[in-house]
Amino acid sequence: MVTYVFLVAAAVAIVFALLAIVHRNPIVNVLSLLVVFFALAAIYAVLGMDFLAAMQLIVYAGAVLVLFLFVIMLLNIKSVERIGSGRPLQAVFGALTAIAIATATVLAIRQLTPSWGALLPGSAKGTVYPLGHALLTSHTFAFELISVLLVASLVGAYVLARKEDR
Amino acid sequence: MWAEILVIVIKVVVVSSVLLTLVPIMVWVERRGAAMIQDRLGPNRVGPFGLLQPIVDAVKLITKEDLTPSGVKGVDRLLYLLAPSIALVVAISVFIAVPFGFDPGLKLFGHAIDGFIVAPNLNLGILYIFAIASLGVYSVVLAGWASNNKYSLMGGIRASAQMVSYELAMTISVVGVLMVSGSFGLQDVVLHQSGTWFGFIPRWNVFPQIIGAITFIVAAFAETNRLPFDLVEAEAELVVGYHTEYSSMRFAAFFMSEYVNMVTASSLIVILFFGGWTLPGFATPAGWLGALVSIGIFAVKVAFFLWFFVWVRWTLPRFRFDQLMALGWKTMIPLAVLNFLLVGAGMALRNL
Repeated sequence: MVTYVFLVAAAVAIVFALLAIVHRNPIVNVLSLLVVFFALAAIYAVLGMDFLAAMQLIVYAGAVLVLFLFVIMLLNIKSVERIGSGRPLQAVFGALTAIAIATATVLAIRQLTPSWGALLPGSAKGTVYPLGHALLTSHTFAFELISVLLVASLVGAYVLARKEDR
Repeated sequence: MWAEILVIVIKVVVVSSVLLTLVPIMVWVERRGAAMIQDRLGPNRVGPFGLLQPIVDAVKLITKEDLTPSGVKGVDRLLYLLAPSIALVVAISVFIAVPFGFDPGLKLFGHAIDGFIVAPNLNLGILYIFAIASLGVYSVVLAGWASNNKYSLMGGIRASAQMVSYELAMTISVVGVLMVSGSFGLQDVVLHQSGTWFGFIPRWNVFPQIIGAITFIVAAFAETNRLPFDLVEAEAELVVGYHTEYSSMRFAAFFMSEYVNMVTASSLIVILFFGGWTLPGFATPAGWLGALVSIGIFAVKVAFFLWFFVWVRWTLPRFRFDQLMALGWKTMIPLAVLNFLLVGAGMALRNL
């Protein structure tokens, strides 16, 4: 059951992730990304991480993508020109970097969990309490670091958007 | 096995048909209520007190021609046709996590009915509601985008900004209630509010968390696009905004989803802040009678807030868009955070 849901969701995620990059209509791009987030939420939910699934939908589907749509509609972009591969070297380096990051992620996950089976429900407690407890005890530093990063980006956006009294 | 499936099917059918039946009733209440507030009569020709007017309206909407504006083709046409469905699907599916009555362990066909809620084992509760409800904005935004009409587009742009802004205040104002109840499940939230303080004040969350209740109710108005926050379809500026181009049942789908959203919002206000189906000093009788009485109490409270929505709509003028944004970010969110901090401080002091 879990495996089948995962396979279907993963296939959907990959297909729509490609569509999100390739298609020329920006609205289609954003909506494909929405489907990708739904597929990821399904994977989280089937792994027992229901809180993460809900957060995936609330934050990404409900807020971030809506702001993407807001920008696209405000600029009224109907179609995106295909960007030619004017810089082949950049494309090669980009691809190599992406492959390197993907490999590192897979290796790191394999290092941390002895087998893929350990990720199945029952072993992973995805409810709110353990997550909140971990964020405020063992992972406080990372948690605070992320909030500092968010504040910094907020201040940066404010500085860029401010017009008067320079 | 079969009894279990049957119970679930009955719940789904009953809840969705009650929700959709409430729509014509609310349309009638809205029109007659508007007339009453404006010292007119309102629709009173069809049936006693004009009660059959919604049926006539429905026949008119069904038999009208379903138009698609010219220039809407390709992907845009797909989105144009999809948008009303998204609105209605989201509006109805949100309700499956809303408990609407007290279950003293009743059985149907030899199977426990597991409380008067469609999805009793969903331990996300209110998080599920927020997750699904936050998708409702896509119907408005896509309708506005795909209509090939600048007024519709303006409505869609306004909707995206407004929904995201008020969702924050709404979510934060609920945190206080969840902290006190110690659960995301709405049934636990209601059970926590039974009984009284000092023998006469009901233990409803509205009394200790009045700030949270006010911010939640205001944000609920903004999230349902009701006046004074209906900038999305401001008829004086944008014709009717995102659904200008829609006709027939596609228009009706938007219309119905607005009223279903109102029912959900009223239910959430009642559950989170006004004690759900509990009534102080009233012991719910056992068996099916108790269940019916508790559903009745809940329905009366929800009906009051539905009337409140109508009442406010025909009493207050509309905000300007900059006022809407300023209120959302500079007043609502700080107030919601204040409520959350006060509740946290109160709980910490009690535990000292």
